Amino acid sequence: MEAPKITKFASAVSVREYGKDRLEYFYETMLKIRKFEKTVEEKFLGGEIPGFVHLYIGEEAVATGVMSNMSHKDYIESTHRGHGHTIAKGADLNIMMAEIFGKKTGYCKGKGGSMHIASFEIGMLGANGVVGGGYNLAAGAALAQKMQGKKDISAVFFGDGASNRGTFHEAANFASVWKLPLLFVCEMNEYASTTPYRTATSVADIAQRAYGYDMPGVIVEDGNDVLSVHEAAKKLIEYIRAGNGPAFLECKTYRVKGHFVGDPEKYRTREEVQRNIDTRDPLMLFEKKVTEAGIFAHNELTAIQARVDGQIADALKFAKESPEPDASELFKDLYV
Amino acid sequence: MKNITFSQATLEAMEEEMNRDQSVFVMGEDIARQGGIFGQFKGLPDKFGFERIKDTPISETAIIGSAVGAALAGMRPVADMHFADFIGVCMDEIFNQMAKVHYMFGGQKTVPVVVRAPDGIVNQAAAQHSQCVEAWFGHIPGLKVVIPSNAADAKGLLKSAIRDDNPVIYFEHKGLFPIKGDVPEGEHLVEIGKARVDREGVDLTIVTWSMMTHHAAKAADKLASEGIKAEIIDLRSISPWDKEAVLKSVAKTGRLCVAHEAVKQGGFGAEVVATVAEEGMDYLDAPIVRVGAPFCPVPFARPLEQAYRVTADTIYNAVKKIL
Repeated sequence: MEAPKITKFASAVSVREYGKDRLEYFYETMLKIRKFEKTVEEKFLGGEIPGFVHLYIGEEAVATGVMSNMSHKDYIESTHRGHGHTIAKGADLNIMMAEIFGKKTGYCKGKGGSMHIASFEIGMLGANGVVGGGYNLAAGAALAQKMQGKKDISAVFFGDGASNRGTFHEAANFASVWKLPLLFVCEMNEYASTTPYRTATSVADIAQRAYGYDMPGVIVEDGNDVLSVHEAAKKLIEYIRAGNGPAFLECKTYRVKGHFVGDPEKYRTREEVQRNIDTRDPLMLFEKKVTEAGIFAHNELTAIQARVDGQIADALKFAKESPEPDASELFKDLYV
Repeated sequence: MKNITFSQATLEAMEEEMNRDQSVFVMGEDIARQGGIFGQFKGLPDKFGFERIKDTPISETAIIGSAVGAALAGMRPVADMHFADFIGVCMDEIFNQMAKVHYMFGGQKTVPVVVRAPDGIVNQAAAQHSQCVEAWFGHIPGLKVVIPSNAADAKGLLKSAIRDDNPVIYFEHKGLFPIKGDVPEGEHLVEIGKARVDREGVDLTIVTWSMMTHHAAKAADKLASEGIKAEIIDLRSISPWDKEAVLKSVAKTGRLCVAHEAVKQGGFGAEVVATVAEEGMDYLDAPIVRVGAPFCPVPFARPLEQAYRVTADTIYNAVKKIL
């Protein structure tokens, strides 16, 4: 058998190839993430949200493009920057927001917070506060799917920083040698916390590492184009569902916000950030594409925005009005 | 009753539980083709196949991490650590993932994983193949920790661990594998968290576990020849641990010695002693003594290893000071 190749995804998908409903789904999902994150940022800075918060703003196309190929029976492992993955997987915004506010009505009854949201009913196996902590859990979920004779897959999301953890290499070998149904999704957002990735990573294209584990790797140069991500992920997921073993998807994106809310961002210039916002914003790119093609009129997009604004306002209201957990729940769920 | 080795007892437990529940499977290094380096998995692949008895890459992180992931997806994995010493390689997967998933995610999913960890000194195996590290795990909320000393408990605790919906670390002393003991016929379960009175006595309580139970028995024999009746409590579980059994015994005897093979400083014996000091000070007629290894890695050369080891004599000499 020919060794799997590491290839660059040729971005040749026309927006006209999609139904309007599908396009609306892409747009609405990315908008939900953006507006959810903007609200979380604002409420964190206003002192209403405690703990640490890591925002997904600017990377919405990756979660949306990958998850649009998955069902609730497929599993994902997410990261500390996990709100986008969770929303794209289909989580309820009210319950998510409540968790971030530390409320009893949240996904984890207020025991997790921003970095530890999970929703097993939709196949979201958990965000992870440890960078690189998700790979092997995802490999195990994929192992279970294979042992149970299912056609479902697992995916693990991680950044360029996490690609340097040893956990990646153990999981990649494990998944490859046992041909597990696992998709590695690298969100190359250029910064490992505060460190520019090329100062700490041996390869320019992290997907090159897939070669050493005999799995196909695809690089999406414009990881902010949701259609390119969707198409590239679709092909790899078909390959995985057919029983060929794991695959690697690298999406080049950009972390518009700091590592965490409050990060002084001394490691980059404002100009660099602004240039990315002006030229690569995934929502802007999408709006341009669908309006230029005449598929959506501006007022149609505005109507979708208003709908999402309403959903976020509802989520915020639900979170704020929800009760905090009672101190008597401290030991609940420690042991079964 | 049947008289079988500790190792055979664990094999029976595995076989019975794998027959009982199709979601139970085992993975680890050298367990399928080789049968485990101590023979503790021998014959299982013939009965269950390589799909359920899985030889893994030498990747402890992947073994434990994927056991957690597989558990979240509906399986009941048993993960073998080869040597308890290697558990450090996958510590994040144990203490940040396995132990916390159920609590941190608000009780949405349980993590029914058993980690089998052969520990203890045998055959001059030196610093990285001889350690007893149970105390580390007694400090981690969300885990259960069991540590049998004999064939019957080895079987009963392993079966209970596999059926438990919480993650359980199962320490099995390498020196215990060939030791025979009576095991009840038929279904035999031992409740996690319950101590066992190894022998009754009125003059002194010795709290111990794992291989050290056998050394304590020898020390108690020697004391008995002098007319001193020691009670031995085999703790069997480190977390949760049977505080009531210990306090009850100390209330009767008025004297306490805690003995373990692990390093004395910060060992689990310190927790037992501190608890008795907090809650049972009035019972005590003499100072408490602790017996454990010196604060030193396990050395290789015979005289050094002998100087390091806790034995029946170490226990005997220690308790003589409080009698």
